[in-house]
Amino acid sequence: MLYLDHAATTRVRPETREAMAPYLDDVFGNPSGIHGVSRDAKNALERAREEAAELIGAAHPLEIVFTGGGTEADNLAVVGSALAGGRRGAVVTTAVEHEAVLESVDFLERLGCRVNCIGVDRSGKLDVAELLTRVDQGTAVVSVMAANNETGVLFPLRHIADEVRTISPDTLVHTDAVQAFITEDVTVAATGADMISVAGHKFGGPKGVGLLYVPREIELEPVVHGGGQELGRRSGTHNVAAIVGMVAAMKATVAERRAARLRIKGIRDEFETELRRAVPDLEITGAEQPRLVQHSHFRIPGVAAETLLIRLDQEGLAAAAGSACNSGAVTVSHVLRAMGMGAREASECVRFTFGWSTASDAGVNAAGLVTRVAGELR
Amino acid sequence: MKALVAMSGGVDSSVAAALMLEQGYDVIGVTLKQWEGDNGEMPVAGCCTVSDAEDARRVASQLGVPYYVLDYVDEFTEKVVDHFGEMYAAGKTPNPCVECNRRVRFSVLLERTGALGCDVLVTGHHARIRHDEDGYHLVKAVDGTKDQSYVLHMLGQRDLERVRLPVGEMTKVEVRERAARMGLRTAAKPDSQDLCFVGNGSYRSFIRSQFPDVARPGPLVLGDGTVLGEHDGMIDFTIGQRKGLGVALGERRYVVDIDANTATVTLGSRDELLAKGCLVDDVSFVAGELPTGTRVDTKIRYRSTAVPATIGPKGDSWRVVFDEPQPAVAPGQSAVFYRGDEVLGGGVISRAVR
Repeated sequence: MLYLDHAATTRVRPETREAMAPYLDDVFGNPSGIHGVSRDAKNALERAREEAAELIGAAHPLEIVFTGGGTEADNLAVVGSALAGGRRGAVVTTAVEHEAVLESVDFLERLGCRVNCIGVDRSGKLDVAELLTRVDQGTAVVSVMAANNETGVLFPLRHIADEVRTISPDTLVHTDAVQAFITEDVTVAATGADMISVAGHKFGGPKGVGLLYVPREIELEPVVHGGGQELGRRSGTHNVAAIVGMVAAMKATVAERRAARLRIKGIRDEFETELRRAVPDLEITGAEQPRLVQHSHFRIPGVAAETLLIRLDQEGLAAAAGSACNSGAVTVSHVLRAMGMGAREASECVRFTFGWSTASDAGVNAAGLVTRVAGELR
Repeated sequence: MKALVAMSGGVDSSVAAALMLEQGYDVIGVTLKQWEGDNGEMPVAGCCTVSDAEDARRVASQLGVPYYVLDYVDEFTEKVVDHFGEMYAAGKTPNPCVECNRRVRFSVLLERTGALGCDVLVTGHHARIRHDEDGYHLVKAVDGTKDQSYVLHMLGQRDLERVRLPVGEMTKVEVRERAARMGLRTAAKPDSQDLCFVGNGSYRSFIRSQFPDVARPGPLVLGDGTVLGEHDGMIDFTIGQRKGLGVALGERRYVVDIDANTATVTLGSRDELLAKGCLVDDVSFVAGELPTGTRVDTKIRYRSTAVPATIGPKGDSWRVVFDEPQPAVAPGQSAVFYRGDEVLGGGVISRAVR
């Protein structure tokens, strides 16, 4: 099978599995207990925290809050900072964020927070000037993703963070770096962000675990209430095995990032070159913008994404379209709508995403398969 | 050969998929997402819900065939639901299952069957397709109590060539037994009764919310013009209705007419409800050519017995004259012509002829 849906999720890396194994076996303790079994688990948890802090470039391990995934990290950052101290702080974000941010912002709006969603142009480029005009002293948080999960388009985060701080030093900058972490340099220094969301399963870690980088002096209203774990910022018994697994995957990802970037870009570019040659009217989304090396988002005019993906699945190629809903039907994505795409065009867009487990000939093979199937459909 | 099986999550289409596998076809299961709630997800109550799709997916998985949910929300809304509202607005009683078959399932989905890499489209309808030197014939199901040939009358030769209805050859009891024997989770699932897009509420409250202008009030009168009172909306009435008329009368009264222009609902006796015949629009014949002879059995509602009648063209329409006057001939319902067990064709009743 050709699995080209790495933006959805990835295969667990061998390092991950190996790191997790003891915590699914002998070292099963609850890190919050008093006895030896707990101490072993607690040691593993805090070692993982130290490693994660180093990989992210945090000043202190306690600036890493482990969460139940990327969505939860986004919720904690956006909702937590807007509502901190009983405030109803204003939020500025973009129209193309992941639903984890957009739905959080929608929730805040219902609670009475002032909300601004900034649009993008046809190529996916963010209107940064417009975004900055919306920031003022009352803005609690600006949430801008590092790279878009559908198109792969990168946003100039460092620049945005610097400008926001000039306008309003107390405003926090959050970034959803869930996709970017795989191949971009996602550190405190590189992003300039006050808060960074990461999700384990996008880079060979397990599902259901993520982290939020957030300095201790930043006040957050928790969104999950309970036993007060993670400095009270995220209650709930630690998923020690998953946390350890995620951090092992982070380590491997960061260590290999430079090489993986080149390798994956090579495969992706080969895929797009081959496909362009065979399908001259191919339209690659965000091709004019800096974008993640692992993403290829495009449309073949006249070929419905739903039909193409089903046919490709029959041929053993797994790819994706817009965001999937509960039932699994393909629906038009808010990202493409924000880019000004009509429903027809949007319904022809597909996303191929390459990853750590992608074989080197995958680009050529996938292009050949898409060419053949699309040819039959046109 | 590859079969695209439209799986609703019910027992009939589950068994249809299994039967196609037995016949040696490669099978792909699909559920049409036809309707969604305000949140854009599939509805959670009624028919065609997330849990129905889940049943379909689980059956497909058990059979080892790929399964997809296809998004037909826009088509279904425009071609079936909006039409449903328009028909009510015109004082008619539409049959959305017929329109869904005509405008979605056996048009856009059938046309897409090839694009999805399949040779035939399969549904769980109870009806049969026969093929002989004259071409394809649409025939009532083996199980007369479950026969659905009425809602398939619009199928023509080119359609029947590419459609398979395997459960039409079995009784419902046999279908359930087969499902149970294979351990399919849908074996004992009750038959769906509701309109898929209406959910748990009544179709009347659905129309009130979706098409508020259709619910406009108007006078309730007798045939001689006597005004009995005011009603809350035409939507509460169907030709032939006897209960819930909102007025107390000494004798049994029925809805005999609905005038959409003035929102007037006319009540009358059972005799006044009788129609000698009706006019039928959009008539098509399964054979693709006009039937020989004029004598047919006509079914004017899904749940009614076909009655002897004489048919003939009248302008663009067809005129049907029943041997015996029939009660409750409701414009908007389909009139389907049978000869014996075979469906000759049919169309939509435009008006009753008294």
